[in-house]
Amino acid sequence: MEFFLNRYRNLTVLLVAIVAQLVLLAYQVKSNGEVRLIRVWAVSAVTPLARVIEAGRSGTVHFIRDYFVLLHVREENQRLKSDLDRTKMDNQYLQAELSTADRAKSLAIFQQQSPSKTIAAHVIGNTTGVGAKVVIVDRGTGNGIQKGMAVITPDGIVGKVTSAYPTASFVLLITDPSFAAGVISQKNHVHGTLKGQGYSTVIVDYVQNEQKVEPGEQFFTSGDDRIFPKGLPVGEATVVREGKSYKEIFVTPSGLQNGLEEVLIVTEGAHMAIPEPRPTAQPVHLQEPPPAESSDSSAPDSTTDAAPDQVPAQAPAQPLTQNGPLTTDADRLVDQYRKIGQAEKHVYGQSAGGAPNFNINLNARPSDAAPAPPGTQSLAPPATQSPAPRAAQSAAPPPPASAAKSPATRRP
Amino acid sequence: MSDMGANFRTDFSESPLLKKGVSKYHIAAIIGIPLAAILFQVYVPRFFERLSYLELPLLVTVYFSLMRRSPVVGVLFGAGIGLAQDSLSHNPLGMFGIVKTLVGYFAASMSQRFDVQNAGVRLVLGFFFCFFHQFFYWVLGRALLGEALDLDLQTTLLVAVLNALVAVPLFHILDKLKVTE
Repeated sequence: MEFFLNRYRNLTVLLVAIVAQLVLLAYQVKSNGEVRLIRVWAVSAVTPLARVIEAGRSGTVHFIRDYFVLLHVREENQRLKSDLDRTKMDNQYLQAELSTADRAKSLAIFQQQSPSKTIAAHVIGNTTGVGAKVVIVDRGTGNGIQKGMAVITPDGIVGKVTSAYPTASFVLLITDPSFAAGVISQKNHVHGTLKGQGYSTVIVDYVQNEQKVEPGEQFFTSGDDRIFPKGLPVGEATVVREGKSYKEIFVTPSGLQNGLEEVLIVTEGAHMAIPEPRPTAQPVHLQEPPPAESSDSSAPDSTTDAAPDQVPAQAPAQPLTQNGPLTTDADRLVDQYRKIGQAEKHVYGQSAGGAPNFNINLNARPSDAAPAPPGTQSLAPPATQSPAPRAAQSAAPPPPASAAKSPATRRP
Repeated sequence: MSDMGANFRTDFSESPLLKKGVSKYHIAAIIGIPLAAILFQVYVPRFFERLSYLELPLLVTVYFSLMRRSPVVGVLFGAGIGLAQDSLSHNPLGMFGIVKTLVGYFAASMSQRFDVQNAGVRLVLGFFFCFFHQFFYWVLGRALLGEALDLDLQTTLLVAVLNALVAVPLFHILDKLKVTE
């Protein structure tokens, strides 16, 4: 045995190392637990160094910026602020500082207004591993952070705590392929499962093709996953298309759009209602409808000059016996025939009655009418109308040619 | 049989290359360089996301294994750095550990056959071990954890080339930290 170990010393060490790690791996996979001690050691060893490096980096950056800004200010004072380029640099610096202050302020305001209890944290690093979307934040179990807590920003959800250590925590971002959360759409209240893909957009899975989701629709957390409180913004659907069995919905997460430096860890979540969608179209101003024409409903072209898009709003469906303005030539013609029928006591549709006399002038008044010359025959019935002269009859608008040819076939 | 074994052992352990090229480093360098490499991977990709493809812990493992020319040292280096990397990831402990253990072992074994001071050899070995690392990690992820990982061969080869290009100047810088040779 000793000879064997001496002869294959290198191979033996290799096998021992591999087998030991395989056993470690199998234990973690089988028991679904983690070897916490090693991780605590590693995180505790790395976190202080990362903090020191971060402090050094930010201090150096600020020092350099301050140095150059002060240098520029001095030069500007000497040159009476005549150098435009340096003024622009100063402006850029101030704008950067202002945006930083605004971000911190908005985070604080959101923290105060949110019904959930949150703790602000600073992202201090990424975890190792290619493709993993996990960041390290500077809050740990010492600050009350526990595994499974939601991580958000005022703009939307960011991820969830996957491991919490005394001085730091790991946060699995929503873009990681292993991330999943329950979401609901704002407009149609369609439930789905948010999944990361390893890059900037995420997908909403398990939405049936029959369900309605529109591009541009906002998604919010549904609270089904017991991690994120209901009602937190997730993002906007950018692409929606039908898939084999489920819809393919691509969502741009709103919480990661403005970089990731400060986050909020939700220690006690409070569910909120999904906000109602904002009306997308602006209200359209409509004028009051015009007053009804009471005297002459058959005035020529009384409404034909109206714009076509105003007609439905101003002239809703009305019966033919209306007092309001008529809308089309056919309506006026029908109304004229109806009056002629009433004047001649003719009932349309009765074959025995024949056709009424369509040439009578309904507008002719008895006083205006001249006495008929002897020998002429009045076409109007004497009971209803005085005899009208030929001139008056010829002045009346003749019926259309088609109506004149077969008036009995028209049934008003 | 025993004569054959003795001859076999002599072939490797008493190789002129092995006798000649074993490098030694200060203990601070042996601890500090891997730690710096891991910190680089933790911290720098925050600001330069593209640099997340740079596998400095792997390059450091390859370098120390090549220069120490001892498979046992390579195994211990690889296991140590891999487990440290594992403990800072959200994967189960052992994934990077196993892969880097194998990388350390094979790198040290190859160092007994090649002149690892040569920049061309370093470039080729850097490319080979980076590709091996990525590929074997993918195999382990699918076989042991059942993860549906994708292996984009083109990207993997590109990452291996980039890491190999970084490896050559990095190894040259690390050569300056040698105490004895």
